[in-house]
Amino acid sequence: MIQLQSESASYQGVETLHDIDLSVSEGEKLALVGQSGSGKSTLIKLIYDRYPTNTSLVPQDYGLVNTLSVFHNVYIGCLAQHSTAYNLLNLIRPWPDQVEFVRKILIQLQLDEYLFRPVGRLSGGQKQRVAVARSLFQKGQLLLADEPVSSVDEQQSKVVLKQLTNGFSTMVLAMHDIQLALSFCDRIIGLEKGRIVLDSPSSALTNNDLLNLY
Amino acid sequence: MNTVYKHSPAWNVSWFFVVVATISLFFADIEIISLEPWQELKRLFLGLVTPDWSNPLEIGEAFLQTLAFAILGVAGGSAIGFLLALIFHWRWIQIACAFIRAIHELFWALIFLQIFGLHPLTGLLAIGLPYAATFAKVYAEILEEGNKSALQVISQDTSLISTFFYVRLPDLWVHFKTYTSYRLECGLRSSAILGFVGLPTLGYTLSSAFMEGHYSVVWALLILFYLLIATIRYWVRPALIPFYIIIAPFIIANDSEISFDNVQRFFTEDIIPAPIRNGESFSTSWHWFSDLIMTQAVPGITNTLVLTQIALVATGVLSLLLYPLISKHFFNPIGRGAGHILLVVMRSTPEYILAYILLQLWGPSMFPAIVALALHNGAIIGHLTGRYSSEVKLRVDASKGLNRYLYELLPRLYGQFLAFLFYRWEIILRESAILGILGIATLGFYIDSSIQELHFDKAMILIVITALLNVVVDTLSRYLRAKLRLKTSVDCRACNDYCAAG
Repeated sequence: MIQLQSESASYQGVETLHDIDLSVSEGEKLALVGQSGSGKSTLIKLIYDRYPTNTSLVPQDYGLVNTLSVFHNVYIGCLAQHSTAYNLLNLIRPWPDQVEFVRKILIQLQLDEYLFRPVGRLSGGQKQRVAVARSLFQKGQLLLADEPVSSVDEQQSKVVLKQLTNGFSTMVLAMHDIQLALSFCDRIIGLEKGRIVLDSPSSALTNNDLLNLY
Repeated sequence: MNTVYKHSPAWNVSWFFVVVATISLFFADIEIISLEPWQELKRLFLGLVTPDWSNPLEIGEAFLQTLAFAILGVAGGSAIGFLLALIFHWRWIQIACAFIRAIHELFWALIFLQIFGLHPLTGLLAIGLPYAATFAKVYAEILEEGNKSALQVISQDTSLISTFFYVRLPDLWVHFKTYTSYRLECGLRSSAILGFVGLPTLGYTLSSAFMEGHYSVVWALLILFYLLIATIRYWVRPALIPFYIIIAPFIIANDSEISFDNVQRFFTEDIIPAPIRNGESFSTSWHWFSDLIMTQAVPGITNTLVLTQIALVATGVLSLLLYPLISKHFFNPIGRGAGHILLVVMRSTPEYILAYILLQLWGPSMFPAIVALALHNGAIIGHLTGRYSSEVKLRVDASKGLNRYLYELLPRLYGQFLAFLFYRWEIILRESAILGILGIATLGFYIDSSIQELHFDKAMILIVITALLNVVVDTLSRYLRAKLRLKTSVDCRACNDYCAAG
């Protein structure tokens, strides 16, 4: 499904990824682990550039519109599936069907009581869950998530990752929490200074193996 | 709990203004009263493609006068404004400046014409006074907002002047410089339109050419004016400014003399209300005054407000339509370049000139005035909003086109846009009053008529009423901005960049 061969990428003029060979089949759940600056975000961006169709994204800075409500921010995930007139009317008065669809997702993420609250008034962890909700609403064959649970507490992290795992068959997640990476993903890619130094199924690894990367 | 959908306060306030504007439309006379409106428009555009520079001496003279008045007026205003800024913490100075600022330069010109005739002092004071008041306020803000930590470490014995030049001025200099040079651009526009009331600047030549139907000359003047403003940063250099200030007084047309009899008579007789001057009884005075209010002030105020409210909403709508033209989220650099030129032309043309042209073409109704105000102010706010929008960072998977406009940009920009619009509200009101001189029944019409009938006492009262109206709207605008918590992240002095004086 994803095929990268000897790829490299730059960020702000500096080459941050070197010689990337990566192959991902459908149904695989990958975790990218490594120190900050090792190239995880750049690799996520690279994959998105190559495979933007039917791909859901959870970027590191969430990309939410603070003046719009949680509902509208989640709805943005499927703007492309409706006519512009439908989208415009949704801004003036939310379509009840769409509200129900969104509400179902928010309940799973414990955000339903903030359905119509402006996103600007949420905490960091709540905003992050809204960004996750948008990706779940959008559905899609592939999920690319850059630190999707970094601002969320331990118990909620597990809830969020469970939802993502159920919602997407194929995922590539950049994570700094190795425990969560090993629990929810079946394949671990380790990055160091822009190169892939580890590519192994989770079952064959322990915590200690991964600590070497940090 | 936020489980029931509620629109934001900004949404509600916006629709309130739209409703007010719609109601105002019923009170406005907006028909096009012209025999062949499209013919004239066609002839006007023909002039655009055939500009006529065959009279360089006349054009050059008009431009020199415009420049001389602008430079001296702004320089003088800046100097006095600075001195006032130093004592701006006194309440009565703030009130006095607010009042002086509320009167448009053209109204000041009409006043000074009665005192000094066509002597250059009329033009210089007409620009200098309101500009001094505006400079006072902005300079005071700059001084206030400047970092004062260095002041705390300086020895108590240091003289005030040394303190100022060593500790305060170096950091603040760039703010003073930026604002003052933007104000010079405004000064050029103000100077140009003073020609419409008789002073020898651009407006005079332009209106003469227009009356004779020489549209080619009109466009030649306008194009040169745009070039002058567009190249401002090339000829306004700090080293050259003292030079300009020194030669300007020699350039200024100076063949009138001030009659001191005029001056004296103006202050002791002309502006004293007639019944008081003639020692009439209280009931006669009251009758005179209430007659003035009912037959002139009230219709003037109503029409001014009607025009302002319609123009305000029209400006808002137009800005929202125009800003994508210069936003990097919608157009490539070539498209944006064209957008820039369009907006620069629209905002460099003084509203007065735009209104003048449209009124000549379409007749004396409110419609041309609405269009003129909306085009000029829409371009200004469109530019500011567009510039702000280019700073917004979008996600890589952000939607495109109309969806992008509605969901990604408009919600993020709306607060800033409203702040700009409310800031401009008071300026639009001031312009609406002034456009009365051109024939529509706003306050300017009654003021101008009173002056022509030599009823300077009535004119003064009406001018004071106009200033008060302006102060009321300014206060209301401030209140709304505070209530809706509309703070501009782009410094609101940027709004001043595009002129508190049109």
